[in-house]
Amino acid sequence: MSDTQVTGVPVKRTVEIDNHTINFGPQHPAAHGVLRLILEMDGEVIERADPHIGLLHRGTEKLIEYKSYMQALPYFDRLDYVSPMGCEYAFALATEKLLGIEAPERAQWIRVIFAEITRTLNHLLAIAHFAVDVGAITPGLWGYEEREELLEFHEAVSGARFHANYFRAGGVAKDMPAGMEADLLAWTERFPKFIKEVEDLLNANRIWKQRTVDIGVISAQDALAWGFSGPPLRASGVAWDLRRAQPYDKYAEVEFDVPIGLHGDCYDRYLIRIAEMKESVKIIRQALAKIKPGPVKIQDRKFASPPRAEMKRSMEALIHHFKLYTEGYHVPAGATYTAVEAPKGEFGVYLVADGTNRPYRCKIRPTGFAHLQAAEKLTKGHMLADMVAILGSLDIVFGEIDR
Amino acid sequence: MTDENSAPEAAPEPVVDPHVAALSALPGVKSVSRPLGEWVIEAERAASPALFLTLRDGFAFEQVMDVCGVDYLDREERFEVVYNLLSVSKNQRLRVIIRTDAQTPVASVTGVWPSAGWWERETYDLFGIRFEGLADHRRILTDYGFEGHPLRKDFPLTGFVEVHYDEARKEVVYDKVQLAQEFRNFDFLSPWEGMTTLPGDEKARGGAK
Repeated sequence: MSDTQVTGVPVKRTVEIDNHTINFGPQHPAAHGVLRLILEMDGEVIERADPHIGLLHRGTEKLIEYKSYMQALPYFDRLDYVSPMGCEYAFALATEKLLGIEAPERAQWIRVIFAEITRTLNHLLAIAHFAVDVGAITPGLWGYEEREELLEFHEAVSGARFHANYFRAGGVAKDMPAGMEADLLAWTERFPKFIKEVEDLLNANRIWKQRTVDIGVISAQDALAWGFSGPPLRASGVAWDLRRAQPYDKYAEVEFDVPIGLHGDCYDRYLIRIAEMKESVKIIRQALAKIKPGPVKIQDRKFASPPRAEMKRSMEALIHHFKLYTEGYHVPAGATYTAVEAPKGEFGVYLVADGTNRPYRCKIRPTGFAHLQAAEKLTKGHMLADMVAILGSLDIVFGEIDR
Repeated sequence: MTDENSAPEAAPEPVVDPHVAALSALPGVKSVSRPLGEWVIEAERAASPALFLTLRDGFAFEQVMDVCGVDYLDREERFEVVYNLLSVSKNQRLRVIIRTDAQTPVASVTGVWPSAGWWERETYDLFGIRFEGLADHRRILTDYGFEGHPLRKDFPLTGFVEVHYDEARKEVVYDKVQLAQEFRNFDFLSPWEGMTTLPGDEKARGGAK
């Protein structure tokens, strides 16, 4: 326009626009955070998908190298902020392994209960967002409402709704408040009704099925090759669950089924999450039946602080408390790769200790990283709108992918 | 991972663990150990793609869950590239460690497991370890145009640059990092438990290096 105004003569310019490349995100509501996707399109069909990640990179692994083991734990809440305790779990277990300590029985049960609560929290949000992404608002609203109830449990034990900082190497921070076991039990009776309602909304919903069935199919072999784990792997028909295959804490003592899918499409990934929530309820009920009163952290004062009452009387206890919260404990030199079945899949921590009070290296293996990497594999030849459904079905959270 | 690879006619009391025997027999394996109940192989750099192919096909390690680097500044070959493998069918894990330095590239395993691509990009981004044969050698986690490799031990925690919005230029610009207060790195190590040799104890402890 300015050219025309200056010279008075319209200037003819040829502008070549490659209208086959779409920049999806980084601030797209269906990108589940800060994903930037460069899509090469052939009309409406995706030919190439190149995810650009790292927009939420906060250098967690570097920061942890400068923190004591206890100070490092809260960083894990901030990784997968949709299922905070799932991430804490891996770090707590890895530290325990290097220290050669074990959490007391009650703490192990509490951790199992809260790992399953976290799983339910995560799947509720995953399904809610997945549904919103493909155009269904109601499950989204319901899911959030139901999550609040679970977040109250989080709040009751840790004081925080999301960034719980509850698990510790050697147990949990504090015991569940009185009456919580009954509340949890009441919830396990209520909750299956809610799952049923969501299933009534979605399972046979024509639009939902049109958007998800046979979309983003991945075979079992490909899913393995692409490093899939958790619900996306099970949806492809691989019966692999770390809680079953390599049980940690009390998972060996509870009975649950590992649901698997047949088709490996978006619809199966949704169904797996629904089924897993039911299994979580089952596990929580068993845990509540088996949990007994007792200590909730290791009774070795070198690793867990003494009770406050004792600190008022005992000099020894006061010294332990002081040393623990300034210097922290020293972890003998060694390395471990410890993984847990986080709600999204295998969440691993490769922890290298050098004998000091800080980790020498703490590599976090996020679950969504591998899933997102296969975005191109999953979306190639699909329509642009399917991209959103596939992203939703993979349940990615950038807190953990970008670290 | 035992049956087809260990000798079936082995003596009733095998001196060596069949796992160790089968794994040490692989070409390029320097050592096999099992600290904390986790199988660890240290391997030659040159053995890389072939060894992983054997592990995938002969030992059923279908998945590489993680590839990462570890930096040991004082070593001659300062970097360790750590591969955490998982066999879903045999329910086993294996860690393979390959050493390298800042110049020598490590062979990419993307041909063995396609999922290794992003892990290797990440290792390159954060440590500067180069991977030979990696098709996509871009940075992945750090910003576009980032310089340096932040997880190296000689990279400061505070970094070198920071961003801020420049009112005059109406854009976000990079600037040298300015700390209102010097970065404080407290030394909490207790001289009673943390140090093995106190100053003056050298003779009693057999001499410090």
